[in-house]
Amino acid sequence: MSVYLNPDEPEVTAGLGAEFGLTADEYKTACEIVGRTPTWTELGIFSVMWSEHCSYKSSRVHLKRLPTEGPQVVLGPGENAGAVDIGDGLCAVFKMESHNHPSFIEPVQGAATGVGGILRDVFTMGARPVALLNSLRFGSLSRPQNRYLFSHVVEGISHYGNCVGVPTVGGEVYFNDIYNQNCLVNAMCVGIARSDRLFMGVAKGVGNPVMYVGAKTGRDGIHGATMASEEFGENEEKRPTVQVGDPFTEKLLIEACMELMAQDHIEGIQDMGAAGLTSSSCEMASRAGTGIEMILDDVPCREEGMTPYEMMLSESQERMLLVARPGHEDAVRAIFEKWDLEAAVVGKVTDDGMLRLKFQGNTVCEIPVHPLAEQAPRYERPMAVPEYLDALQAFDPHSLAEPKDFNEVLLALLAAPTIASKEWVFGQYDHMVQVNTEVPPGSDAAVLRIRDENGNDTGRHLAMTTDCNSRHCMLNPYTGAALAVAECARNIVASGGRPLGITDCMNFGNPERPDIMWQFAMAVEGISDACKALDAPVVSGNVSLYNETLGQGIYPTPTIGMVGIVENGRSPVTASFKDDGDIIVLVGTTADDLGGSEYLAVWHSREQGLPPQLDLTRARATNDAVLKLMDTGCVKSCHDLAEGGLAVALAESAIGGRIGCQVGIESNGLRRDEVLFSESPSRFILTVSPANRDVMTETLTESGVAFAELGWVRGDRIQMGIDRKLTVDVALAAAADTFKNSIAKTLEGGAGS
Amino acid sequence: MTIGIVVFPGSNCDHDVHHVITAVSGGEARFLWHKDTDLSGISAVVLPGGFSYGDYLRCGAIARVSPIMGEVKRFAAQGRPVVGICNGFQVMVESGILPGALVRNRDLRFICQPQTLVVEQTDSPYTSGYAPGQVVNFPIAHADGNYSASPDTLRMLESEGRVAFRYAAADGTVSDATNPNGSAGNIAGIFGDTRNVLGLMPHPERNAEAALGDGAGRAFFDGLVAHLQGASA
Repeated sequence: MSVYLNPDEPEVTAGLGAEFGLTADEYKTACEIVGRTPTWTELGIFSVMWSEHCSYKSSRVHLKRLPTEGPQVVLGPGENAGAVDIGDGLCAVFKMESHNHPSFIEPVQGAATGVGGILRDVFTMGARPVALLNSLRFGSLSRPQNRYLFSHVVEGISHYGNCVGVPTVGGEVYFNDIYNQNCLVNAMCVGIARSDRLFMGVAKGVGNPVMYVGAKTGRDGIHGATMASEEFGENEEKRPTVQVGDPFTEKLLIEACMELMAQDHIEGIQDMGAAGLTSSSCEMASRAGTGIEMILDDVPCREEGMTPYEMMLSESQERMLLVARPGHEDAVRAIFEKWDLEAAVVGKVTDDGMLRLKFQGNTVCEIPVHPLAEQAPRYERPMAVPEYLDALQAFDPHSLAEPKDFNEVLLALLAAPTIASKEWVFGQYDHMVQVNTEVPPGSDAAVLRIRDENGNDTGRHLAMTTDCNSRHCMLNPYTGAALAVAECARNIVASGGRPLGITDCMNFGNPERPDIMWQFAMAVEGISDACKALDAPVVSGNVSLYNETLGQGIYPTPTIGMVGIVENGRSPVTASFKDDGDIIVLVGTTADDLGGSEYLAVWHSREQGLPPQLDLTRARATNDAVLKLMDTGCVKSCHDLAEGGLAVALAESAIGGRIGCQVGIESNGLRRDEVLFSESPSRFILTVSPANRDVMTETLTESGVAFAELGWVRGDRIQMGIDRKLTVDVALAAAADTFKNSIAKTLEGGAGS
Repeated sequence: MTIGIVVFPGSNCDHDVHHVITAVSGGEARFLWHKDTDLSGISAVVLPGGFSYGDYLRCGAIARVSPIMGEVKRFAAQGRPVVGICNGFQVMVESGILPGALVRNRDLRFICQPQTLVVEQTDSPYTSGYAPGQVVNFPIAHADGNYSASPDTLRMLESEGRVAFRYAAADGTVSDATNPNGSAGNIAGIFGDTRNVLGLMPHPERNAEAALGDGAGRAFFDGLVAHLQGASA
């Protein structure tokens, strides 16, 4: 059968291939794979499938070094999302994904469709989504464009998440001018499924019907994946490449899919995300070693006169492709019709390994699927240590004079948008729907109770968090990435949980630049080592490159999303101080880790130095010690130490608990700013009642970790002495006002830091 | 004494209410599809929270013409219990089952937070488990919860004692400072002509279990279940 050449379509040449983002070599390979010059539609398919976004062509060689195995892993990377065992035959299915480029172009829709896409990645596996998290990066709020991006991204996430009825329970927001021209929007979804009822994206069973379900296909988002694989230039109009989301349709799609998956009608299912119908059909056939033939005349379209090219490249939202069991087509159709959604048989699974598309009686595309999906180009791009790094790392924070008034420094840090309470953000997210949220946003990790299929409490709880300090990553991508994993683990542990696994969302600049590629490789190495040490394998992930505008790349931002389990009868723990008189204990050792700290950035306007030293063995031992202490049931609050160090952690616990503290710290030869604001990892502050002092002392001593009693939860002031000299003394109310209202005031005032 | 929970396309608190009625308050419940028109065997109707029909046009405006709503109106007019929570309250005002309107929050943003309310009337199936003036925490989560009505309607609601809940401080003080969304008179929930019909923006089902708070919302559903059991006994 010969492939029809439509005379109305442009002639395909290497030059046109270049316009589509294919290099001369890639174009040549595409010609070899089809054995002739590709058609216009085929060229479009190659260009999206081989875009950086879909093919991971620059990152694959590095990603294979990540640890992906462990007894808790139910499903590792390669499917739409990964899964870890959470007991009772249930698993947590989760993944994080970026939607950076679209969100910069159109923040409400860009962020909303990011949420929609990650939800589909999870429920396509048969898991009901139970939680959303997101990790956001913007330039400073002093710039109007950043205030616009920030508030509209939050609005987009809020509207989509609220409407689909999945609680948005956590996340993080960092502000740094490096993100002025490239904001980051990373969305994570966690779902729960029965481990023996996971659905895969496979086109199994020759002759089985291929069905299209969900919303109709329109002309939106054509070439979105290609757009997301390029740098931004100046004043470009990219809006037509952004998709428009409809959370109402997504909600119907979730319910219809859950109903479908409770029965035995399908062999495989996959959402239509980036590169829509193209990637879903190719990947499903490639995984199963089959082919797919589709009659494009049968694809439900929103607009008249859509061409095969447009149908295959559209990124219209809220659509899924599935392979039904023979004879089950009507049952599938009935379920989707009940939910007022489209369902149409659009083709069948074949045995010839081809992606064959027919339209108006002609064959318009015939590409061998496996080479298209799996023989995408892979690059070992050159790497080089950035030239600027030596000078930045050489900076010695000791060369700076110590501040005179530490009260002012603490308040400045509490007001810094990166540290300040994100209440303005999460107050707009429905974080309670589904009635499982035990620890809402604002503590170290969000914690949800786990209920079984019948709605009964299992007595276990799911903890989840996201983290990445990209300043640390810029100063040392290996250490920075490892620190991100370690902080996630501390977030989980502080909440009473044991880490189970991570998803990573790798946001970097242009991989064709050797220094960016070096950052990427180092970050992968750091994640890999930290995941091994902390027993948290990588089960899913996403890579977003070309976060760069006019040659200025973002800081390397390997965002980590971690899931952990609170079990053995432990209850979730929060960061807030509880009762007057409770003893405050610092677990871990403070070192002179001011390099790359929030304190240096906020108070001294420097983003320099070496990031904190991370000893992974100690990190693990400290986590284990805290969990062991939690097993005794005596830990009343626990908070991990991160940006802003000990002083900020104490203030946050006090503000959260609406009660002050009085602590005294030994400097052990450190400067006062180091004692208070050092960001040394592997540290927690926790509280126990005086009655449990002996249990605490005994348990922590046995564990062999360093710890010190600092003082008491008490009063209405935050007071910290160093070597018996009062160094910080601020009213709790003033600290709380600064911390809680900083972001709202900055947005309303239209200026500020 | 089965409680029917209406599922509109876009309802998203239907399962939450079902869970609390059955697993927490020990009642019986089943889902009613919005295209159904048969309420036989149903003793009370819950219109749950969510985004019925995506809240397109106006919150509750499309759900109002869903096939089941004609039956629900008749059911309410017969003096049988109908309660709308959040989006359900919006559907009730759009349907004319309750007076007034729910417009965009004062600061134009979606608000999700724990919320203290004062219970004003306790002589209803839903509030019998509370003491008059008791302060309870029922979380809110809405963008359009700003209760508005004509001065005449507001006077009527007040004079007939039809305000069930008001947004208040933890000590029960009702003031503009304790009003999260700009509602007239801090109104969080109102009764119909009779006490069988109630609409409220806050979500009692989100604080009905110890795992999620102090469990103050449980008495709301316990009360309804006990009322139905009493009626059938």
